[in-house]
Amino acid sequence: MPSPEQWTHPEPGEGPAAQAAQPSREQVIAGLRNTDAGGAEVTQLLTPEGERIASPQFDRYIPDIDPEALRGLYRDMVLVRRADREANAMQRQGQLGIWVPLLGQEAAQVGSGRALRPQDMAFPSYREHGVAYTRGVDFKELLGIFRCTDHGGWDFKAHGFHPYTIVIGNQVLNAAGYAMGQKFEGKVGDDEGEATIVYFGDGATSQGDVHEGFVWASVYDAPLVFFCQNNQWAISEPTERQSRLPLYQRARGYGFPGIRVDGNDVLACLAVTRWALEECRHGNGPVLIEAFTYRMDAHTTTDDPTRYRLSDELEVWKHKDPIERVRVHLARGGHADQAWFDQVQAEADAFAADLREFCFNMPEPPPDRVFANVYADPSPVLDSQRDEYLSYLAGFVEAGER
Amino acid sequence: MAAPVKSRVDETASAVQKLTIGKALNLGLRAAMEADDKVIVLGEDVGKLGGVFRITDGLQKDFGEQRVLDTPLAESGIIGTAVGLAVRGFRPVCEIQFEGFIFPGFDQISSQLAKLHYRTQGRVKVPVVVRVPFGGGIGAVEHHSESPESLFSHIPGLRVVSCANPADAYWMIQQAIACDDPVLFFEPKRLYHNGQLKSEVDTATPGGPLFASRVVRQGTDCTVVAYGPSVKVCLDAAAAASEEGRSLEVIDLRTISPLDLGPVFESVRRTGRLVAVSEASSESSITSEIAARVQQECFYSLEAPVLRATGFDTPYPPSKLEEHFLPDLDRVLHTVDRAMGW
Ligand SMILES: Cc1ncc(C[n+]2csc(CCOP(=O)(O)OP(=O)(O)O)c2C)c(N)n1
Repeated sequence: MPSPEQWTHPEPGEGPAAQAAQPSREQVIAGLRNTDAGGAEVTQLLTPEGERIASPQFDRYIPDIDPEALRGLYRDMVLVRRADREANAMQRQGQLGIWVPLLGQEAAQVGSGRALRPQDMAFPSYREHGVAYTRGVDFKELLGIFRCTDHGGWDFKAHGFHPYTIVIGNQVLNAAGYAMGQKFEGKVGDDEGEATIVYFGDGATSQGDVHEGFVWASVYDAPLVFFCQNNQWAISEPTERQSRLPLYQRARGYGFPGIRVDGNDVLACLAVTRWALEECRHGNGPVLIEAFTYRMDAHTTTDDPTRYRLSDELEVWKHKDPIERVRVHLARGGHADQAWFDQVQAEADAFAADLREFCFNMPEPPPDRVFANVYADPSPVLDSQRDEYLSYLAGFVEAGER
Repeated sequence: MAAPVKSRVDETASAVQKLTIGKALNLGLRAAMEADDKVIVLGEDVGKLGGVFRITDGLQKDFGEQRVLDTPLAESGIIGTAVGLAVRGFRPVCEIQFEGFIFPGFDQISSQLAKLHYRTQGRVKVPVVVRVPFGGGIGAVEHHSESPESLFSHIPGLRVVSCANPADAYWMIQQAIACDDPVLFFEPKRLYHNGQLKSEVDTATPGGPLFASRVVRQGTDCTVVAYGPSVKVCLDAAAAASEEGRSLEVIDLRTISPLDLGPVFESVRRTGRLVAVSEASSESSITSEIAARVQQECFYSLEAPVLRATGFDTPYPPSKLEEHFLPDLDRVLHTVDRAMGW
């Protein structure tokens, strides 16, 4: 458990002198997007230069992360990035209707995802392909959404990974309800307890649903980790268009801890999320984690970031690459050599090739799929709409027209 | 308030321009903002990005950040604050990014926007326009292709309109902004940048009243009524039908609440048949309302029941299946055939 100073917001000053010491509006805004990830606010265990920083508070959450385990996290991130790039390319080639890239957010997703246990539940938004991977959802199972053949059909219970949610913020309340259920069923209180994690962006924090999710989780002590990936942008809108306060500091107003972690540091994301999940598991209520990261690519393949983003910002963040710092760390410590890195790369290439082949061979859904599963019980009205439509289609076949 | 902006329209240019629906909306918004400095545009990404469909392109650059607001990401916030701004004397034009994201704002629309005038016995006017790109056929993922307009038509106090061609886009958006009632302005997103629809817009002369339907193709055998994206489908169907010697009359509703069914009654009395077309699901929809009222008003003229070609009563399917869901030219013609064969 970090000291309270780590997550509390300084009390507002009382006298005029204290007021004067308050940062100006401009300073506040500049601070929101301060890329100095080594700043006091940010929990970091591995610097962009690949140096391990000892943390009295969080090291104890990752005693098992020896060089081999770290190589595993590296491999996860490389595979996830490679698959993401492949999907992005396939969209460009017309094989996918759209793609939502995660480039730059691998550490936030793999670190937090690997912190989860099988009994836990994750509620993603729509960019959490890396979390999906850590939950054992095959990347291929995600593709249907983006090839527009389905809305996401994986077995969410088996994987502990809820369907993607596109409507911003909706899933936060759903996750709060799920976590309340875990609590009501007595599944929290000890080391074997359950917890829920919900993912959303910095833009989402403006939605009423997210605010309500904070309130619900708080007043019912729900075992819920709010995992905000602050990738600095909500399509074209920067974080300062959503907030005048670093997002993690909002937690205090709801009565639970908030913490900012270097979202490009897979070790820190893993440790901090494990800590937060432990808090939930043991019945200590919700936690907000703000993973301070950056979206390196467009919002989606339909977006044009050159209209709003400054290129020097991109350059700054390139130096904070989540994968590179682990690579440097492993290489410097003699924990991996070039042959090993090459092997991981080859594995990633094969992973991507497999994905591509799967995508190209995906069957088209049959027309009657339009009518399937609208209701759990049959609906005679819908059945007759389906029958009528299928016989209408059959008419074309008979006429040899379609 | 920012200083008044100098007109950006080149006054020496001809008043007739060839425009797409998207560009016409952009110029219409610009003209409304120039005419009245109380007109402000607000929504997600409407500033630098010009909106995800670029309908507000360039407006922030020319009118400033106090008249074109990139808002925090919250639809209830966008519409709720627009209500307050309107009470204060502004004429807010909200952009909802995609129709599937209007629902966080539904409460503000139904509870406040639609009812304030009534509740205050006319003392408070809320001249808010909510622009909603709607409809399918763009191959998108979930929540980006829906047609929820019927839900809003059921709320008294709101006006709901939709445009189907560039001239209407240009004028209707300005008329909606000038209207003292709240207007939900449904824009056929798949036609925004459709070059085929590019046509001449007379930017000097308004094209008739906002809240009126219009016959857009005359015919004698069967009346087809539609709005928004389906109008083009019906016009194409009418062209195809005429090659086979069948004459369809096509009516563009334009105003979908309150409905202006006068021209529809008049047409059905001549043709004896009506097919209502919409991408929305059929149950409890605008097409249901049309069917009910036409059978009531034109009972003795009808040669066939009013038939409908609509989306099915299912959620919008994954877009690989949308060709099945959306009423296309063939389905419209098939429905006309059924009406004719009665
Ligand atoms: C309710 C709602 N409004 C608008 C949108 C359109 N939209 C999709 S993503 C997005 C930006 C989200 O930004 P953020 O929450 O920061 O998440 P990120 O995409 O950056 O991960 C917007 C406006 C939506 N999906 N849902």
